[in-house]
Amino acid sequence: MKVSKLISALAALSTGLLALSASGSAHAIAWYFQTPASKMAAEIDWLHQVVMWIILVIFVGVFGFMFYACWAHRRSVGHKAEQFHENTTVEILWTVIPALILIMIAWPVTKVVIAQKDTSAPDLTIKVTGYQWKWGYDYLKGEGEGISFVSTLATPREQIEGKEPKGEHYLLEVDNEVVVPVGKKVRIIVTAADVIHAWWIPALGAKQDAIPGFLRDIWFRAENTGTFRGQCVELCGKEHGFMPIVVRVVSSDDYSKWAGEKKKALAAAADDPNKQWDVKELIARGEKVYAGICVACHQATGQGSPALKAPALAGNKFVVGAEQGPIDTVLNGRPNTAMQAFKQQLSDTEIAAVITYARNTWGNKASDVQPAEVKARRK
Amino acid sequence: MSAVVHDHGHAHDDHGHGHHGPYGGIMRWITTTNHKDIGTMYLWFSFVMFSIGGLMAVGIRLELFSPGLQFLDPDRFNQLTTMHGLIMVFGAIMPVFVGFANWQIPMMIGAPDMAFARLNNWSFWLLPFAATLLVLSFFMPGGAPGVGWTMYAPLTVQMGIGMDLTIFAVHLLGMSSILGSINIITTILNMRAPGMTLMRMPLFVWTWLITAYLLVAAMPVLAGAVTMTLTDRHFGTTFFNAAGGGDPVLYQHIFWFFGHPEVYIIALPGFGVISQVIPAFSRKPLFGYASMVYATSAIAIISFIVWAHHMYTVGMPVTGQLFFMYATMIIAVPTGVKVFNWVATMWKGSLTFETPMLFACGFLFMFTLGGFTGLVLSVVPVDIQMHDTYYVVAHFHYVMVAGALFAAFAGVYFWLPKWTGHMYNETLGKWHFWLTLIFFNMIFFVQHFLGLAGMPRRIPDYPLMFETWNKISSLGAFGMGLAQLLFLYIVIQTIRSRVPAPQKPWEGADSLEWTHLPTPVPYHTFEVQPVIK
Amino acid sequence: MTLQQENRRLSRRLAVVALVMFGFAFALVPFYNEICVALGLNSIERADAVANTQVDRSRTVTIEFDSNTHNLPWRFRPLQGYVKVHPGELTTVEYEVVNVRDVAVTGQAVPSYGPQRAGEYFQKVECFCFTQQTLAAGETRRMPVVFVVDPKLPRDVNTIALSYTFFEVAGRGGKS
Repeated sequence: MKVSKLISALAALSTGLLALSASGSAHAIAWYFQTPASKMAAEIDWLHQVVMWIILVIFVGVFGFMFYACWAHRRSVGHKAEQFHENTTVEILWTVIPALILIMIAWPVTKVVIAQKDTSAPDLTIKVTGYQWKWGYDYLKGEGEGISFVSTLATPREQIEGKEPKGEHYLLEVDNEVVVPVGKKVRIIVTAADVIHAWWIPALGAKQDAIPGFLRDIWFRAENTGTFRGQCVELCGKEHGFMPIVVRVVSSDDYSKWAGEKKKALAAAADDPNKQWDVKELIARGEKVYAGICVACHQATGQGSPALKAPALAGNKFVVGAEQGPIDTVLNGRPNTAMQAFKQQLSDTEIAAVITYARNTWGNKASDVQPAEVKARRK
Repeated sequence: MSAVVHDHGHAHDDHGHGHHGPYGGIMRWITTTNHKDIGTMYLWFSFVMFSIGGLMAVGIRLELFSPGLQFLDPDRFNQLTTMHGLIMVFGAIMPVFVGFANWQIPMMIGAPDMAFARLNNWSFWLLPFAATLLVLSFFMPGGAPGVGWTMYAPLTVQMGIGMDLTIFAVHLLGMSSILGSINIITTILNMRAPGMTLMRMPLFVWTWLITAYLLVAAMPVLAGAVTMTLTDRHFGTTFFNAAGGGDPVLYQHIFWFFGHPEVYIIALPGFGVISQVIPAFSRKPLFGYASMVYATSAIAIISFIVWAHHMYTVGMPVTGQLFFMYATMIIAVPTGVKVFNWVATMWKGSLTFETPMLFACGFLFMFTLGGFTGLVLSVVPVDIQMHDTYYVVAHFHYVMVAGALFAAFAGVYFWLPKWTGHMYNETLGKWHFWLTLIFFNMIFFVQHFLGLAGMPRRIPDYPLMFETWNKISSLGAFGMGLAQLLFLYIVIQTIRSRVPAPQKPWEGADSLEWTHLPTPVPYHTFEVQPVIK
Repeated sequence: MTLQQENRRLSRRLAVVALVMFGFAFALVPFYNEICVALGLNSIERADAVANTQVDRSRTVTIEFDSNTHNLPWRFRPLQGYVKVHPGELTTVEYEVVNVRDVAVTGQAVPSYGPQRAGEYFQKVECFCFTQQTLAAGETRRMPVVFVVDPKLPRDVNTIALSYTFFEVAGRGGKS
């Protein structure tokens, strides 16, 4: 095979690759750790670089020898094989020296390992709960305590299915972001409600598995303001790739403002469940809830999706039947299916509204469901 | 044995080796107790599984070519990921080396066959049955389980009946490995020709002896873990359920207690093959034979105390993290010794680069690269950032594919003349090597970048900043898949070739199968044991 | 011994090893529990023997209280978000549980601590987690936890989160 042909083939391949990478250049071609936003992330980056340099030197050394041998010790250039097959001194050296190099690496690493586990004296404690497939946050202690919300992927289904162009933060945006003040030590207590998940923000260098039935804690201190994004990093079922995490770090003043506003907003959203709603208002409210959450699987036409195993709601006897059926399903989900439990995420009013909407759209006709009924069935 | 008298010393008919069993056709293969026949079946089985697992990988990379969901729904994607892993590990890479063991061990130690010839047959035939169960799980209600090859609890408890089929298949696969290992250990310890002391055995035999011990010790632990999963699913136990006093993390400990020795089970026989190939093509004895034996033994022993480096983020106490980090770093020392010894074998040899040697050099370069990323991952704080990202995927594909699989390719090209009596086409072999090398690196080198940049594992869709590397990786996958069709062609062409190979096509090869046996090997080899001087 | 006898003998021994390792996997279950108890992690649950110790007024430890339910039709919350205690000081707090279902339901609370190692030093004299709790339909109950923080708690720990997760115990009248 001619060398010239090989070279032109390689040239064509490289040109193709360059063109390919240029096509993605609208988005930064990410290839290394994200810019550290905490000292811990910066230390991890530094440790990684140290190890990489050591490895590179050894690699070049060892394979320098190998490639030299491939070149100079070929039979085709007439090299005759020597027959040595032992050398005790060399063998001892190349056992002891790597061991020493490893000890040299282990020493600075040990300090970082211990520091990563030190969750004492936090300024703010937030409890994180992993669900299939969203995150729940409870501000337990420190400024903002009492704030509680669920954080779900905000990227519209149409973008995932390719029906709309993808936004800048595709798959990395949520409806309710975690907000923390800059420069404060934040302790995160992690658990899960169903299977193992994992919470991770690369820029902060904080990752922790969420184990159902158990608490684990980690900490971080963000040195810069900004918005930092991460994803669930433990396979947790169907929508594992669709439950991101967004942490927005703000100044202390902005944080106080946010905490105050959030508390007010949460109080307002906790609609009075005893209010009797007008059916038309319920349906209007329900349509909004449906468009935000249900449409992904059950479709805007209410026809469902066999591929996603989501039943049609239009003409569905269960949907228009006894009210407690749909109420229980929306509250608690259906085990072993993709129908999640929404009791944490939606208020009684929202659930009543969306069920009323489904019961009175696409040709369906049935009685309305009031928030008080949902509250009564709530577990 | 048949009643027909044959001249056993000079075996072969014109069209490949004859056989003396009572059956021909398909019954020959179902009832054979001949180590060469069984070895052949293991090799073909592993190639079929490699192809099926490879198709699944192509499916995965097809979906990951662009952000968005185009071809697979997320559930199906998880199923493919899981089955790709299980099929490649238990159906392809482990059986291929058992195939080598069956073919080579009796020949290399001067034994007539394996210790338990009929058990050998059963050990093989368990595999197609188990593989069928695995593939069948796709067609069950709910499909195959979408839990990853690691099958963590409590996600496994949520799966449908496909999970139970998989558990049963894993039990059968484990049974096959354990029985095969008992056979291998007994053969090696009890049936060496007079004069072949342990320290005179070819290194390939040593690595299989050690691997077989690892298998006997580790596979039953996996059986325990999946049995506990089965009872948690159906019989009310709560091993991995906090409600009953259990703990999901317990599953991980049990699984990885098996899982870490498992990766050395995959790697060690490959090391053994390389230790045969490099000296042959350097025309020089293996450097540091004794250290190689000690280093391999050290790797095997230490492999039992490092398992939790797969679990740094579960929340274990600091002392645990530190212990497992130090132990894992220590394993780098004997592994380094082996790499240095291989390079030293080449140093000042008289080298030629036929296809087996190309694959051996490719192994040496890229297994070491994978080993180094393993060292990076062993560092706890760095692993906190890399765990469950594509960096880990890149690492283990380098050591298992560019490592173990390349070693297997090296062995196939090396021993194909001995097995078939014909030479393979050297030009095509080189093409297969270069295509596989280039496309492999295209798939997996860029995955290091994906992991560093923060792309998690086991997701069917990803944020936009990961698009470029994913595209390159997927293109590489399509190329690598096609390149393996060339390998199939080469093997079939060799089997059917009419050009006989010389008894010793490799000038520098010096183990018993080259020096004491004709090419191709007769159906019955050492009916009379040679005496090794 | 003939070769066949030797082979059989060795293979029997290896088969025993395989069986022992299978048993070892199951032995890991109690082994793991013992290690957790020894290290004070996630220990379920018996009253700790508390020796009378001096109250260490030189330091204060904050105990945070958290609650979770797992597929259980109860509302479960601590009555206080946190308390500040001195090590050695006997303290009582209460959790409230409400069974919102119309049948009796039995649950088991499982504690968990953050940081994990603090569990070793958190001694519970009385806790509703020691036994299963059965609540009648619609019943509300306040349940105490009486505890002492061991003065031997490492100095660098000054916050301990105590979290309970209530799991349903199947077959006692709730949904299984």
